[in-house]
Amino acid sequence: MIRKSLLSLLGTLWAGAASAEWALNMPKGVTELSAETYDLHMMVFWWCVAIGVVVFGVMIISLVKHRKSTGVEPAKFSHSTAAEVAWTIIPVIILLVMAVPAAETMIKLEDSRNPDVSIVVTGYQWKWHYKYQDEDVAFYSSLDRGSVEARPKNSGIDPFNVENFLLEVDRPLVVPKGAKVRLLITSNDVIHSWWVPDFAIKKDAVPGIINETWFRAEQTGTFRGQCTELCGKDHGYMPIVVEVVEPDAYLAWVETQQQAGERVAASQ
Amino acid sequence: MTTAVAEAQDAHDEHHGPEKGIRRWLFTTNHKDIGTLYLIFSLIMFFIGGAMALVIRSELMQPGLQFVHPEFFNSMTTMHALIMVFGAVMPAFVGLANWMIPMMIGAPDMALPRMNNWSFWILPVAFGILLSTLFMDGGAPAGGWTMYPPLILQTGDAFPFLIFSVHLMGISSIMGAINIIVTILNMRAPDMWLLRMPIFVWCWLITAYLLIAVMPVLAGAVTMLLTDQFFGTSFFLAAGGGDPVMFQHIFWFFGHPEVYIMILPAFGVVSEIIPTFSRKPLFGHDSMVYAASSIAFLSFIVWAHHMFTVGMPLSGQMFFMFATMLIAVPTGVKVFNWVATMWRGAMTFETPMLFALAFVFLFTIGGFSGLMLAIAPADIQYHDTYFVVAHFHYVLVPGSIFALMAGAYYWLPKWTGYMYNESLGKLHFWLSTIFVNLTFFPMHFLGLAGMPRRIPDYSTQFADFNMVASIGALGFGFSQLIFVWVLLTAKKGAKATDRVWEAPRGLEWTVPSPAPYHTFDTPPKGRVMQEAFE
Repeated sequence: MIRKSLLSLLGTLWAGAASAEWALNMPKGVTELSAETYDLHMMVFWWCVAIGVVVFGVMIISLVKHRKSTGVEPAKFSHSTAAEVAWTIIPVIILLVMAVPAAETMIKLEDSRNPDVSIVVTGYQWKWHYKYQDEDVAFYSSLDRGSVEARPKNSGIDPFNVENFLLEVDRPLVVPKGAKVRLLITSNDVIHSWWVPDFAIKKDAVPGIINETWFRAEQTGTFRGQCTELCGKDHGYMPIVVEVVEPDAYLAWVETQQQAGERVAASQ
Repeated sequence: MTTAVAEAQDAHDEHHGPEKGIRRWLFTTNHKDIGTLYLIFSLIMFFIGGAMALVIRSELMQPGLQFVHPEFFNSMTTMHALIMVFGAVMPAFVGLANWMIPMMIGAPDMALPRMNNWSFWILPVAFGILLSTLFMDGGAPAGGWTMYPPLILQTGDAFPFLIFSVHLMGISSIMGAINIIVTILNMRAPDMWLLRMPIFVWCWLITAYLLIAVMPVLAGAVTMLLTDQFFGTSFFLAAGGGDPVMFQHIFWFFGHPEVYIMILPAFGVVSEIIPTFSRKPLFGHDSMVYAASSIAFLSFIVWAHHMFTVGMPLSGQMFFMFATMLIAVPTGVKVFNWVATMWRGAMTFETPMLFALAFVFLFTIGGFSGLMLAIAPADIQYHDTYFVVAHFHYVLVPGSIFALMAGAYYWLPKWTGYMYNESLGKLHFWLSTIFVNLTFFPMHFLGLAGMPRRIPDYSTQFADFNMVASIGALGFGFSQLIFVWVLLTAKKGAKATDRVWEAPRGLEWTVPSPAPYHTFDTPPKGRVMQEAFE
C-alpha cells in the first residue's frame, strides 16, 4: 500500500517533469565528445537498469513468495559454487563491454594537439580571466550586474525575474564554431574548476599548474557553466558563459577587442 | 554443570557490578558500557550533523538567499560532513563492535579495556573542539571536509583547532581499531576458528586494518597543512615549490578506504540480520569474507577516481578507471549473496529486517551510480555536481545509517531486555525510507542538469527539484525523532527472551536478555557453541 503510493508519487514527479520540460538528464551537448560522453553515460545507465531489473526482480519475487506467512518451509542451502562463479564472471564481462568505449573516449579527450585557438583561463576568487594566446585579447569575466543585485540575502529581488540568474557574466568568452579550442587552465589563488556541460569538459584550475583541455563546438549559441570546485564564499557566483559564433563573426569580434585594447593603451 | 556456572557468574556479578553514578561512565572499562557510550555519543552527533543538514536544505529550498550568508553555508556543509563521518557513522559502528564482538566470539571483554575507555573519551573532547570553532573569529572551517589547500589555509582562527580535532579523531580511531584486532585475534573462544566467525566480526576485522592503515595518512596530510600555515613549509603551496594536487592524492589515499570503513561494518550488520529473518543460513559465508577482503584491497588502489578533473596523465586515468570498475565485482557478489540468502527462506518483516532490505535496495542504487561515476569521461560531467552528492548520500544514509538502525533494532532487546515498540519501529522505517528517497533521488537529476555541489544559491531552472529535496530532508530529519522515542520507551515493552528472535545464530543469543554486565567469563564450549551455530 505504502509502496504503491510512493510509486504513484514518483510517477507524478516524472509526469510533471516531462510537461515542464525540466532538465532531467545530462545534455547531449554540441561537441563530438560531449555526444560520446552522453552515449557512454546512457550505455552504463541502461546496463544498470538491466542489472537492477534482474537483481531487484529476483528479490521482489522472493519477498512475495518466500514469506513465512505463506507457510513455506525455509530451505537449508548455504552455497552453490556454480552460481557464485557465474555471478563473478558475468559482471567482469559486462565491465569489459563498458570499459572499451570509455577508454576510447578518454583517449580522444586527452588529445589536445594542433589547436586552432588557444586561450589561457585563469581562476580568481571569484571571477575568470581569459587571455587569447595569439590575439592580444584579454579580459575578466565576472557575474552579471542583474545577478549581483539580486544575490544578497533578502535583496528583495525575485530570482525568477532575473534573466539567467547566477548564470550570466558581463563579458562572455567568444570562440569560433568548428575550431579546435585549446584551454590552458590555471589559477591565481585557490583551486577552481572550469565546466561547461554542453562541451563535456571540466578541468581544475590549480595554482602553479597549467592544465590542458579542448573542445570543438559544432553549433553556434550561448553555453553556460559554473565553477565546480569549492573556492570560498563566492564559489556559487562565478559562472562561465561561452558564445560560439561563426568564424567570420569571431574574426570581427577579435578585431573590435584589439581596437578597444589599443584605445585603452593610447589613453593611458 | 551449567547451573553451577551460572551461579558462579551471578556471584561474580555481585562483586564486580557497575559503579554508581557518573563514575560508572567516566572510568568504565566494560565493553558494554563503552559500547553504550559510543552509541549515545554518535546519536547526539547524528542530530547535530542533521541539524546542519537542515540548515543547508532550508537555504536551498528556494533560489535566492533567505537564511544564511554564503560563508556560513560553506561552514555548514563542511561541519555537516566532518560530524557525520567522524562523529556519527564511525563511532556508531565502533559502538556496535564494542557491544557485540566480545559476545559474538565468546570473549569476556575487549582485550585492552583501559585503552577502550580512552579511545571513547577522546571523542567528546575532539568534537567539543570542532564545534567550538563555530564561535571563533572567521567562523567554522568552510573549505569542505576534504580540506583542500590552498582554500583551507584561508580558514580563520578555527584552522589549528580543525587540525587538532582531526588528529584526536584519528588517535581515537586507531586505538579503537587496535583494540578490535587484538580482541578478535586473541580472545576468541577455543572453537571459534577464523572462518566460523560471524560476518559482522569479519567485516570489522577488515575495517580495523583499513583504519590502522589510513588514519595515520590523514594525520600526516593535515600536519603538513598545519606546518604550511604556521611554520613556513610549502608542501602544498605552488609559490614555494609545493603541489596543491599532492594533498588530494594523500587525502584520497586515506579517503577512499575511509568510505569502506563506513560501509564494511554495515555489510556485516546486514549479513547478520537477513539470515535471521529469512530463517536460513547466510549464503556464501566464506565468499562474503573474500569479497570484503577484495573490496578492502581495491580501496587502496582507486583513490584518484576522486580526481579525474585535476589533470592526470592518460595512463593514470585509465588505471584508476579500470581499478574502480573492478570494485563492482566483489560488491556485486555481496548483493547476490544477500538475495540468495532470502531466496527460498521463510521471511518475516520486523523492523530490523525492513531496514536491512531497504539497505540492499538503496545501497545497490548507490552502487549503480558509483559504477556510472567510475566511467572516467562521464565522471568529468558528474564530478562535483549533485549527482555525486546523490551517490554518496545513497550509500551513506540508506546505506550505512540504515544498517546502523537495523543493527540497533536487532540488538536492542539484547541490550535492554525488553522488546521495543514494533509499530513505532515500522513507522520510523517507512517515514525514513520515503523521505530519504524524496531527499536524494531528485539530486541525481539536479546534478545531471548541471547543478554544482557546495553552492548556497542556484539558477532558477533547479528550483523545483531543490524544493522536493528540501521537503524530503525536513521529513527525514524529523522522522528520526521517532527513533529517540523508541529508545525512551524501550523498557515499556514485553520482556525479551534470551533468543529474542525466532531463529538467530550466534553466541550473543545464548546469554540472557538483557546481557549481564559480564558475559563469557569462561569461554563457551562444545554444546553452547553448537547450539549457537546450528
